[in-house]
Formats: sequence, C-alpha cells, structure tokens
Amino acid sequence: MKVSLFGTCLVDVLKADIGKATVELLEHLGCEVDYPEGQICCGQPTYNSGYLNETIPAMKRMIDVFADSKYVVGPSGSCVYMLHEYPHIFKDDPVYGPKAKALAEKSYELTQFIVEVMGIEDVGATFNGKVTYHPSCHMTRLLGVKNPPLTLLKNVKGLEFTELPQKEYCCGFGGTFSVKMGRISEKIVDEKVEHVKETGAEYLTGADYSCLMNISGRMERLGVPVKVLHIAQILNSR
Amino acid sequence: MSIKTKFAGDKFKVRVEKKVKDSFMRGAVASATDTINGRKNQLTAEMGNWEDWRNHGEEIRKHVLENLDYYLHQFSENVAKNGGHVYFAANAEEANKYIREVVQKKNAKKIIKAKSMVTEEIGMNDSLEEIGCEVVESDLGEFILQLDDKEPPSHIVVPTLHKNKEQMRAVFERKLNYEGSSQPEELALCARKVLREKFLAADVGVIGCNFAIAETGSTTLVTNEGNADLVADLPKTLIVCMGMERIVPTFEEMDVLVGLLTRSAVGQKLTSYVTNLTGPRREGDVDGPEEFHVVIVDNGRSNILGTEFQPVLQCIRCAACINICPVYRHIGGHAYGSIYPGPIGIVLTPLLDGYEGNKELPYASTLCAACTEVCPVKIPLHQLIRRHREIIVEKEGKAPFSEKMMMKAFGLGTSNASLYNMASRMAHSVVKPLTKGDKITKGVGPLKEWTDYKDMPKPNKERFRDWFKKHKGGNN
Ligand code: SF4
Repeated sequence: MKVSLFGTCLVDVLKADIGKATVELLEHLGCEVDYPEGQICCGQPTYNSGYLNETIPAMKRMIDVFADSKYVVGPSGSCVYMLHEYPHIFKDDPVYGPKAKALAEKSYELTQFIVEVMGIEDVGATFNGKVTYHPSCHMTRLLGVKNPPLTLLKNVKGLEFTELPQKEYCCGFGGTFSVKMGRISEKIVDEKVEHVKETGAEYLTGADYSCLMNISGRMERLGVPVKVLHIAQILNSR
Repeated sequence: MSIKTKFAGDKFKVRVEKKVKDSFMRGAVASATDTINGRKNQLTAEMGNWEDWRNHGEEIRKHVLENLDYYLHQFSENVAKNGGHVYFAANAEEANKYIREVVQKKNAKKIIKAKSMVTEEIGMNDSLEEIGCEVVESDLGEFILQLDDKEPPSHIVVPTLHKNKEQMRAVFERKLNYEGSSQPEELALCARKVLREKFLAADVGVIGCNFAIAETGSTTLVTNEGNADLVADLPKTLIVCMGMERIVPTFEEMDVLVGLLTRSAVGQKLTSYVTNLTGPRREGDVDGPEEFHVVIVDNGRSNILGTEFQPVLQCIRCAACINICPVYRHIGGHAYGSIYPGPIGIVLTPLLDGYEGNKELPYASTLCAACTEVCPVKIPLHQLIRRHREIIVEKEGKAPFSEKMMMKAFGLGTSNASLYNMASRMAHSVVKPLTKGDKITKGVGPLKEWTDYKDMPKPNKERFRDWFKKHKGGNN
C-alpha cells in the first residue's frame, strides 16, 4: 500500500523520533512510505488564532503537495483534523474547494489508518510496561477517532493498560492558548498530571505530539517521573 | 449590573491571576460540575438516543429563529388576547423604563423576583432601586448573592457555583445572624422564613422565562424551589422578562426543550417545578396576578439574526457548555467579567456588548470543542469562538502588534519552503543558549509564557525530513 506521510512540523523540528517510528511502523506493516518534500505545516496555529489570510498560502501548499498521493497519513489527530477542515475553508473556491475535499477524503490519522483502512488490529508489537492513554480533543471530538488507538494498544504484548481518570478533559494545550493564557494552561495541565499520577502508569501515551509535549513539559518541570511516548513509538516496539 | 459585571474593570489576566489562586472557588466549581456532569451523562446514556433528541432540539430552535417575526407576532397577539400587555424593548434602557413605569403606576415599593438572567443583563435591580424600590431575589442562589453585597452570579443556572456550603453559611451568619449548620436544607429553611414575609408584602413580581409559547401566549420557567409560583401568584402585578429568542411554537416543542434543558442543566429528567403562566387571573381563578406584563428584550439580539453568529440564539441557557469547559473549571465565572461566562458567554458577550473590553474572552478557550459536543441544541460554540478571533484580528484590528508580526512570520515560514528550511535548520543552534541538557527551560518572546510553567524539548539536531532522505537512500 502506498502511503504519503504527513509528518507535521512539530515532529519535523522537535521530535524526529516520532516520525521515524511512524515510518518504520508503516513499513513493517507493508506500506511503501513517501514523504512529499514540499510539506510544511497544516496551518493550524495561525488559523486557530484568527489569522485566516496568513494561513491560506500554507493550506494551499499542503493541498498541492499531496495532490498525487493515494493516502495521506499523519501521526497527529489534530493536524489530520485540520486537513479535514480545509473543505469548509475553501468551500467557495472553485479551484481549491474540490482539491481540498479530495485531500480530506484520503487523509487519516495513523491508528485510524491502520485499523480502519488496513484492517489491522494487532501490529505485532511488544512493549513491557504499564501505560495510560490521553485521548486528545480534536482527534476524538472533531476527527471522531476514539477506538483505533485503544484497539491497537490493547493488542500490544506485555503492555498493561490503565485508564486515565477524566480522560476526556483537555490537557490545556490549545495551540497558541498555551502561550497566550499560560497561567490557565498550567492549571488545566496540572489536573491532567494529577490524573496521570493516579493511574500509577510508567508511561503516558497519546496520538498527538502537541498534547504530549504539553503534559510532558509540565511533568518534567514538576519532576514527575512518568515517561511520555507517542503511540507510534509504542506500536513500533518489538 | 449589566452584561459586564463589576469584575470587568480589571484586565483579564489580573482577574485570572486572582481566581486561579482561589482554591475554595476552584474546589467548589470542580465538585459541583463533576456532580452535574456525572448525573447528566448517566441520564443521557440511559436514553440511548440522546443524539436524536439533540437533533430535534436544534431543528426546533433553528425553525423558530428562521421564523422569529412570525412567532413573536403570534405570541404577543395571544398574550393580549389573554388580557396581558406586551412591550418590545429595543435595549436595556427601554426595558427598564417600561418596568419602572409599571411599578410607579402601581405605587409599588416592594418587588419580589424569581430567576431571570435577562433582568441581570439589563441591570433591572439597580434601575428599580434608584427609584426607591426594594428588590428581593427569591431564587435561593440569587438570594445568597444579593445578601452578599450583591455579588454577581458566576454561573447562569447555579449562580453560587463558586461558593461552598461553609461560605454560604458565613453569608447567612453575617447578614441574618444565622446560627445553624451549613446543611443546604437548613440554610434553605432560614431563607424561606425571610422570604415568606417578602412574598406576602410584595406589590410586584418579576419572573424570567425559559420558553414563551407562541400558540397560547404562555411563558414557562423551570425551577427546583417553587419560588416562581409564589412570585407569579401572590403579587397583584406580574412582569415576565424574556429575551426575544425564547419563543417556541407550541407546548409540544416546549416539552422537548424542557427535557433537553433539565437533563443538560442539572441532570434531572424534570425539575421539581415547571411554572407555566398564561395571562392574568381570570374570573373564577383562585389566584394569579391582576395585571400581567411581558417585556420582550432585544438588546442586541436582532443584530445577530441573519449573521454567521445566528446559531448562538438557539441557546436554551442550560449551562452544559460551562460545566464541561476546562477553562471555566479553573478560573470560575467571575473571571469572565460578564454575567454570561464559559463558552456561551465567550460567544454571546462580544455580540451583545461589543468587542471593547471583551476582546480577550475569545482567547480564553483551548478550542477543545467539549462545549460543542455537549450543547443540547448543537451550537458550534468552538467554531464561533474561533470566528470571534478572526474578527478581532481582521476587522477590529485589536490584536497586539507583536502577535500580528509573529503570525505573519509564521504564515510566511509555513508557506515558503526556503524560509522554512532556513528557520527549521537553524532552530537547533538558535535556541542553544536557552537550553539545559535536552530541554529549554527559560524561553524568550512567545516561548516565555510556555517555559514559565513547562519545559520545552530542544529542537532536533537532524530534522525528521533529513533523516527520511537518508532512510530512503537519498533518492526520495
Ligand atoms: S450554548 Fe448550548 S450548552 Fe451552552 S448554555 Fe446554551 S444551550 Fe446550553
């Protein structure tokens, strides 16, 4: 299966390991992965801050870059959702409207792609440890992907899964919210950190690096020794 | 009071700072909302088809808004037929003027009130007090706040949500020389004693309205205390205040919306009381007011009709969006500086009150969309919040200059490959002075507000895309 990786800008610049794990995992499952070089960012930071005009060129770029791809797969529910928002944004654009729709229709979050498109529920991973999972807001509420990550995690050998209390609460990231309203963000993430601690898990995982960066950033600051891994890193452990 | 509360004077960040330090308030909010949300989730899960009900609720509200003229006309005709008076108030001043006139004509001095957010919005109590009236709140929560030196409500359904039992008890002790316990039942008993006298002495009753039924000219208010019945029945004159969008076509739609409202608001299938009022006392009636007025308040609502923000008028004021909001949970209602807090307040306040003084509100959201998911009439709240941001940036020109520059730069960097490549390759070395081990602990510029509270990972030495090229043997 030919897959174009939508790596996300955060992974490109801040956490290459997540990108590597995603590529290796998809290749292990038999995909032929390419990474269209022109991709940069889905535009979410400016779009959600109210800077639509500043976002249009970034979005058009993404639409063009992935025009020839069969499937577009990304290790971030939130960024993939953003691609799904494009058709609404370009609905009155005769050129980019249809192209945006085509992109949205072939774009999937990583675990969603593995379970729903490839039909795989066990990726053959082994990971020893007690793990809890934070379901990120845009992935669950807007993209509507709830079960695939859980299905995959539960089939990882050696992995002991423990549910995160009040898991559906936002982690307090919110894109530029975290730098505009840092104080509120801190309070929200503190409650999330308390819940993570309550589980007794050694690892926290999730399918959105931005949220994980937020929670781990706070845990590191507070000296909470829970390790944070993106779900691709766990699913790529063998 | 008006839409802006007395707290709106401080800058938003100052308000937030005060509130996040108030652990009593944060504890009270978390425990109350957890209880309500728990009950609500259980009830809606039991129904099995909650989504169908939401769709139905949305349909009803949309239909009404699209035909608001028609239904408002029908409603007022029917109020008149029933012997009542209808007054359309274009704004708060007009509404207050009319209410004062009714009160003055009756030589009334004593006013008793049941719950009504719209009277808070127009500042009715102050307006009546200015002409020498005593206005008494009979809703227990509102009564406590009024006693507590007129503290503004922090929530649209449970106005005292920010207070715990002990704090409420302390208000009673201070103001009423109360010596009993902090048990809600005992507090209510004490309030009831005070209020009974007020009910009996009142010349005019003022009551809010959850739904106004066009077909019959009736108004509906849901309560759990039954005080609304007394407000409506005992005084000789009754004034119902309603926002102009409260209309439903018939009792049938009212029934659907009351079900959505009580489940969403308090996790109850039905509240203890649903007070329906249809005109003044008729011959043979044993109780009811002799004079019945309905004040229909526009106050900025008709300007929302026909705009992209029209969905906000679907709101049935259940507060479910407030109860689920992670931001509200930690800053409480007062920090918003508006009588309408939380997601609904963020959307509604700038529309009714303008962006001036409210322009920070749309940023008090993580856009997590929990509000949109929970809203029983399916208002796309998080999208409307984002739309406010766009308007603030583009039309109102109210975004800070430094932010505009940063966003422009980000916009360029994410659409221009050579700029992006330059910046992303340099990132690792640029931030080096700020790093400690493998993380950034003291950022500058926009990063500072992050690193004040959280560590930040150091950029990759090798970008993912460079690794990928190698991985593919350099031929991708
Ligand atoms: S916006 Fe929706 S959830 Fe919020 S108060 Fe109104 S009806 Fe309830």
